[in-house]
Amino acid sequence: MDFLQPSTWDEALAARAAHPGAVPIAGGTDVMVELNFDRRRPPALLDLTRVTPLTEWGTDGDLLRVGSGVPYRRIIEELGDRLPGLAMAARTVGSPQIRNRGTVGGNLGSASPAGDAHPPLLAAGAEVELASVRGVRRVPVREFFTGPKRSVLAPDELIAAVWVRPSAGAGEQFAKIGTRNAMVIAVCSFALALDPARRTVGTGIGSAAPTPLRATAAEEFLAGALDWDSRGAVPPDVAAEFGRLVASAAAPIDDVRGTAAYRRHALSVLARRTLTWAWGGLP
Amino acid sequence: MTTVDASVRAGIGTSPRRPDGTLKVKGEFAFSSDLWHEDMLWGATLRSPYPRARIRGIDLTAALALPGVHAVLTQRDVPGAKRYGLEIVDQPVLAIDEVRYQGEPVAIVAADHPETARRAAGHIAVDYLELPPVTDPEAGELLRRVPVRTGDPHATADVVVTGEYQVGMQDQAFLGPESGLAVPAEDGGVDLYVATQWLHVDRKQVAACLGLPEEKVRLSLAGVGGAFGAREDLSMQVHASLLALHTRRPVKMVYGREESFYGHVHRHPATLRYEHGATRAGDLVYVRARIVLDGGAYASSSTAVAANAATLGVGPYEVPNVDMEASVYYTNNPPCGAMRGFGAVQACFAYESQMDKLAAALGMTPVEVRIRNAMTAGSRMPTGQVVDGPAPVAALLARVRARPAPPPSTLDSRELPGGVSNTTHGEGVVRGVGYAIGIKNVAFSEGFDDYSTARVRLELIAGEPAVLVHTAAAEVGQGLVTVQAQIARTELGVERVTVATADTSVGSAGSSSASRQTYVTGGAVRAACQAVRATLLARVGGADLMGDKIVNAAGMVVADLAEALGDGPVEETVRWRHRPTYPIDPETGQGDAHVQYAFAAHRATVDVDVELGLVKVVEIATAQDVGKAVNPLAVVGQIQGGTAQGLGLALMEEVQVVDGVVRNPSFTDYLIPTILDVPPMAVDVLEMADPHAPYGLRGVGEPPTISSTPAIVAAVRAATGKALGRVPIRPEHITA
Ligand SMILES: Cc1cc2nc3c(=O)[nH]c(=O)nc-3n(C[C@H](O)[C@H](O)[C@H](O)COP(=O)(O)OP(=O)(O)OC[C@H]3O[C@@H](n4cnc5c(N)ncnc54)[C@H](O)[C@@H]3O)c2cc1C
Repeated sequence: MDFLQPSTWDEALAARAAHPGAVPIAGGTDVMVELNFDRRRPPALLDLTRVTPLTEWGTDGDLLRVGSGVPYRRIIEELGDRLPGLAMAARTVGSPQIRNRGTVGGNLGSASPAGDAHPPLLAAGAEVELASVRGVRRVPVREFFTGPKRSVLAPDELIAAVWVRPSAGAGEQFAKIGTRNAMVIAVCSFALALDPARRTVGTGIGSAAPTPLRATAAEEFLAGALDWDSRGAVPPDVAAEFGRLVASAAAPIDDVRGTAAYRRHALSVLARRTLTWAWGGLP
Repeated sequence: MTTVDASVRAGIGTSPRRPDGTLKVKGEFAFSSDLWHEDMLWGATLRSPYPRARIRGIDLTAALALPGVHAVLTQRDVPGAKRYGLEIVDQPVLAIDEVRYQGEPVAIVAADHPETARRAAGHIAVDYLELPPVTDPEAGELLRRVPVRTGDPHATADVVVTGEYQVGMQDQAFLGPESGLAVPAEDGGVDLYVATQWLHVDRKQVAACLGLPEEKVRLSLAGVGGAFGAREDLSMQVHASLLALHTRRPVKMVYGREESFYGHVHRHPATLRYEHGATRAGDLVYVRARIVLDGGAYASSSTAVAANAATLGVGPYEVPNVDMEASVYYTNNPPCGAMRGFGAVQACFAYESQMDKLAAALGMTPVEVRIRNAMTAGSRMPTGQVVDGPAPVAALLARVRARPAPPPSTLDSRELPGGVSNTTHGEGVVRGVGYAIGIKNVAFSEGFDDYSTARVRLELIAGEPAVLVHTAAAEVGQGLVTVQAQIARTELGVERVTVATADTSVGSAGSSSASRQTYVTGGAVRAACQAVRATLLARVGGADLMGDKIVNAAGMVVADLAEALGDGPVEETVRWRHRPTYPIDPETGQGDAHVQYAFAAHRATVDVDVELGLVKVVEIATAQDVGKAVNPLAVVGQIQGGTAQGLGLALMEEVQVVDGVVRNPSFTDYLIPTILDVPPMAVDVLEMADPHAPYGLRGVGEPPTISSTPAIVAAVRAATGKALGRVPIRPEHITA
């Protein structure tokens, strides 16, 4: 197996174009597991850890651009105030060792329905920046996933960054169900973003359908039902209906981690609870 | 060799540092998977993908053609006995014409690289004819039925509670996968370095399968990464030896994590149907129970597990009328056998759930009804055996009840159900408290000749007295090396003690299981030290050893210890037995089957998110009588670890098997408790000496695992009001 180690972004894109079979590796916390289990036997690995810009983040206008190689630990420490939903999700990923290595770019690259970064990125309406020697494009996260572990990423493309609006006063929440209290793959998860300035609602559902997805009907219902002016308490029937709509947006299955019925039930509970927290937390 | 820190006196009752502790924490301890030999080959195993199939043919051509492959062997190449087994010789070394469980070894490969060996295994073409697996134990072939009957089988009572309970298949989940190194010897035999629980029983089976006399099969203990019963049966021992003898090269085998789930037996899944009858005052009148255990494809230690479930099946209570039956069956599910608690775990979940039901029916508290029926010293077991040592059942319950309740949780997410996953800020959280107590037999039962052998040498090294202790007892992480050295220090008053690596050049120590090693090998080391002392005293006509002086009957010093040893070392080897046990009557279960009984009680406090079905165990208070804490720190470690393993069974640990196929053979989906799942524990250690045991000690390892599960489930029931008849509890059991 070849090990390609570009040190600049241009070299990385060139290598990606020249070696379509090479598997990009960032933190390696998914790739190495696949190799160890012999599920994959690629001709080459394309190591991205020397491409420094991937590990940087910054602001561009009113958006944040977070390099695909920023590990979870830094998202928690450096971006916790600006991207609270993503940071909450990052905190639930694996163990400290995994959070030190694992990246949002890798999570998107794997495109697992259980990837914890996906629901908050969906809820926040983020975009993924994809690049190749052909050029750069930005794809909304909601259009990124095409199936279980499949995405629009082209064989010659790399994930450069995600673009996301800092919450700046928005109410963001993330909650994840697991059958133990740490180090667990989501049975299901839910992210919510309330944007009082635009009076919009964003949602993201994880581990309850072939891909991460938004609960569009729930978003529209809630945006219309919330009393954005008075910010009065959310009426219980509104919260319940929101929960119901979120649950019905999911398409879960029975598997070793839980039943479809439980997933739907838990999503409705998480939707109600996160709504209360996010609404109550608005400045 | 392991030299134990000699700068302290460090006899029994103290907690000297374990020699492996720092190494393990720093990642420097050499486990069996770290073994290495020049020129060694790597073995790999081809396993059946089907739970049941006929083998119509095996084609090795492609595997043998792969460069780097040195041998590909099937059952035809097994020179001796083609089957082995701990109690019943029924398990093929390599499948013979059929496979009976998913993961059964079919062929083995040796190659110059582990990757090549694995690939070669993949190149073996096996022609299987799949057959429908038998997965319901009650539709399977009976392996053993153990009835225990006493009193009036038709007794009636005013208050009756019934229940059906289920226990899922738990895995020992040790961290060090099955591994070892077999080195062919010049005499045609083999030297095998392996992580196991009982070197001599391995040797007996390996020699039989290799067709070699036992003395040509020499075993040494390699670093063991946990055992919990999963290393009682053979795994790679015969395979690596076969490959080594065949290739004339050392062969190493290391199972992967997934393979490990197929490489050892699990805890028996059980269905337990119980009926308890009591007077209105709360006195137990009768217990009727039928316990069904799924033995899986091969016998392993199933017959003994069933005996434990039956003989301990009413718990530590006085019950005049008992009609109990435990049955274990063959199926095409994964083989089940020994795991910490060994039949007592399943029974305890059922009888303690019943005691809570009874308390509710009587309007008594769970502790009241238990104390009212608690056995004491002198009580009679349903087998007729009199409990002739301390049985502080009521005292243990009273102690955990008397502990102050833990404070309410703060809103720190790490203290809430769901942990850092942010599922509640207090919504839906209800606290519950539950109690349980369990009983366990210590050491081997039913007339088994259960002994250990210790060789102790006292000699001068550089002018200083020093002791060498040599046994074949397996240190599996429980701290036995430290304990052996402590006993030698206490008995001989010599600080410098070395414990030799366990191997088969000394007699059998029996198994590191059944909570027995400190009792039995500890007893053997003590007896060997006493023999050494007697020989030494006789040498100089002394009557006693006081520090480093030998004195006569009048208390006059007759010699220095160093002087007495000037004539050469004193060495004694002693085979030591605990008092005998007896078989039980096959119809009535009557008989003095067990050596010693051990007891532990737990009080669990939990917070349950009743809307989401998530559980946080807030605190566990536990009390256990250990007779004598030979190493108090190790005792507490055993209690904490055992309690955590019981927590795992209560809340998350299950090998999920559907149609004979394991659905979750990995630590991604076989979940074991993390630091956020294991609560603070208040551990109360009682020392009520058992007059029959060395130093009065009582086996420690298993009792904490037994009652922690039902205590946690009781607490979750208290919080949710749900019946919860099955472990592990899953969130959907609470929310449904
Ligand atoms: C013990 C353990 C626990 C875990 N727990 C969780 C958890 O709780 N939640 C969770 O969501 N995940 C979890 N994971 C999975 C994993 O950690 C995450 O998916 C992580 O985000 C992967 O990031 P990485 O940088 O390690 O990716 P890598 O393993 O390096 O790559 C993952 C995939 O993305 C591709 N890739 C990486 N970077 C790029 C790029 N810039 N452009 C294009 N493709 C790219 C790779 O080719 C590969 O297909 C866990 C993994 C382990 C081993």
